[in-house]
Amino acid sequence: MDFSRESSIEIYRRMRTIRGFEDKLQELVAAGRIGGFLHLYAGEEAVAVGVCAQLRETDLVGSTHRGHGHCIAKGVDVKGMMAELFGRATGTCRGKGGSMHIADMDCGMLGANGIVGGGIPLVTGAALTAQIKQSGAVAVGFFGDGATNQGQFHESLNMASNWKLPALYVCENNGFGEFTPTEFVVPVRDIADRAASYGMHALIADGMDFFDVYEKAAVAIERARRGDGPTLLECKTYRFYGHYVGDPTPYRDKEEAEQWIQNRDPLELFEARVRESGVVSGDDLREVDGEVERLLRAAVEEAEQAPQPDPEADLTSDVYVSYPT
Amino acid sequence: MTARELTTGAAINEALAIAMRSDPDVIVLGEDVAGGGDRSKAGVEEMGGVLGTTRGLVGEFGMARVRDTPISEMGLLGTAVGAAASGLRPVAELMFMDFLGTSLDPLLNQAAKLRYMFGGKVRVPLTVRTVSGAGMRAAAQHSQSLYWITTGIPGLKTVVPSTPADAKGLLLAAIRDDDPVIFCEAKGILNQTGEVPEGDYEVPLGKAALLREGSDVSLIAFGATVSVAQQAADALAGEGIHADLLDLRSLSPLDEEAILRTLEKTGRVVVVDEATPRCGIASDVAALCVDRGFDFLNAPVKRVTAPHTPVPFSAVLEDAFMPSAQRVLDAVAELG
Repeated sequence: MDFSRESSIEIYRRMRTIRGFEDKLQELVAAGRIGGFLHLYAGEEAVAVGVCAQLRETDLVGSTHRGHGHCIAKGVDVKGMMAELFGRATGTCRGKGGSMHIADMDCGMLGANGIVGGGIPLVTGAALTAQIKQSGAVAVGFFGDGATNQGQFHESLNMASNWKLPALYVCENNGFGEFTPTEFVVPVRDIADRAASYGMHALIADGMDFFDVYEKAAVAIERARRGDGPTLLECKTYRFYGHYVGDPTPYRDKEEAEQWIQNRDPLELFEARVRESGVVSGDDLREVDGEVERLLRAAVEEAEQAPQPDPEADLTSDVYVSYPT
Repeated sequence: MTARELTTGAAINEALAIAMRSDPDVIVLGEDVAGGGDRSKAGVEEMGGVLGTTRGLVGEFGMARVRDTPISEMGLLGTAVGAAASGLRPVAELMFMDFLGTSLDPLLNQAAKLRYMFGGKVRVPLTVRTVSGAGMRAAAQHSQSLYWITTGIPGLKTVVPSTPADAKGLLLAAIRDDDPVIFCEAKGILNQTGEVPEGDYEVPLGKAALLREGSDVSLIAFGATVSVAQQAADALAGEGIHADLLDLRSLSPLDEEAILRTLEKTGRVVVVDEATPRCGIASDVAALCVDRGFDFLNAPVKRVTAPHTPVPFSAVLEDAFMPSAQRVLDAVAELG
């Protein structure tokens, strides 16, 4: 597949922004500047960016507790996200959501989700809306391998396949459900095998390879848009950090982790491919690196200076649209 | 507006049809709501839900908008939440409220919280209709009144009508409300008949109804216990004791002012709730009376509820489980 210079740079920028954002958060937590439960997406960038590069603004995406990458890939404002992680009034969710609940319906982001598997039926519902309203939209649910052991996954895929909903279910199989290796708790070889129970189309992609994810997502989304029903797309990937920020990862094989991080970094694989094809130069990409770094620094500075929410006004607002007292 | 005699079930059916006619975004989904058969084939008899409440809807509105789901309570409620957040106005049916056990996450962690977590940027105009309560010899897993759970969850609204007319008006209001509403259809009232106005009308959420007036004691009830309280009030009237009877209608929002007004008037309160006693609505109302109405109280607040047990099957035991007019009278007698 040939990519133009502009789109190559744009794809790289998205992946670099996700990586930079997550690295920045790791530093901020270590320095005690932000708190909360954080689950970093570094290592899995090719999945979010590869799938979302196939989406329209009106398509909806549902995400997970490891959701920053999906938000950035779908176009949520990075400064708003950073302010949200600082719990500020200027945050994407006005400081009320935090890392696990960043959402922005204006760009089709139906929310990160703190409940493993909890976003899957929401995406199924968004696909039902698209089908009933005949809007032409597709709904995409991202979730990990761990979520495929939840009932919400099975109930949703069963319904979606039965109703031929315009949905794409993207499993980011990073090899671990929290600390437990996937093969300890999943009796099938590939997560994609689970689609057979629902008569659902399934694909497997190399989740570290942007181009492989991008091409397979295209097939699945095209099927969904023309009314042929949903697909389960399994992307084999790896999380570079642990389950959460601060996880010392004693459960994972150090050599295996090194292998993934040194040899299978999705940003490096992407860079090698586009530089080899000659559409962009190393300088082009280093320029993007600099721009992303400046954006993130500004995001942190602005977030730290942003106003805190007001307990008087904000603690009890937005629980309901209307609530007579 | 003219009125006819309808059962509560028929009034609910009428409300659903009116809501679907007036707004193409309203859909109905749940187990067997369309009918459990292929509607495109002539002669397939339509069930319209396990109690027949949704019968006739699929014929008028089609299978896209009246959708049988698999027996997947968590999946169907979660799908309804996602559909509500993305532009539809779904009415999901949770066949029996006991099935909250297999479906709570989409209500507890999704529907109730999306708007708050998203900083006000989403609306979840979802209605969940569910059959609650004892009285059908359906035993421990099909008879519970669990509205105390949903009432205690910020972000959800909970409504429990007591008459066919209120059921219709409250359901129309619930469907058109932009927040998630749990609409409880108490078994005790589903087959009761009453006058129901024709046409489209709403009963506002959060407004209690004062059903009879008296200055000696306040009976506070809702759902199936309203008729129990009515019987007790009739008996009391025979003894020259005149009761205010307040039907809460809506548990969240709760019409606190109406509760305090009747308390101020009579100084004596008996709350009648068919649910189990701990952490329940009766306790909540009692706490409100003590907290905000202490100076009006002339006697302890009495709670008439089910005992702290599962619902039994035996007719003798189930009848003993449910609050009765006699127990209300006993409670009033204890007030002195």
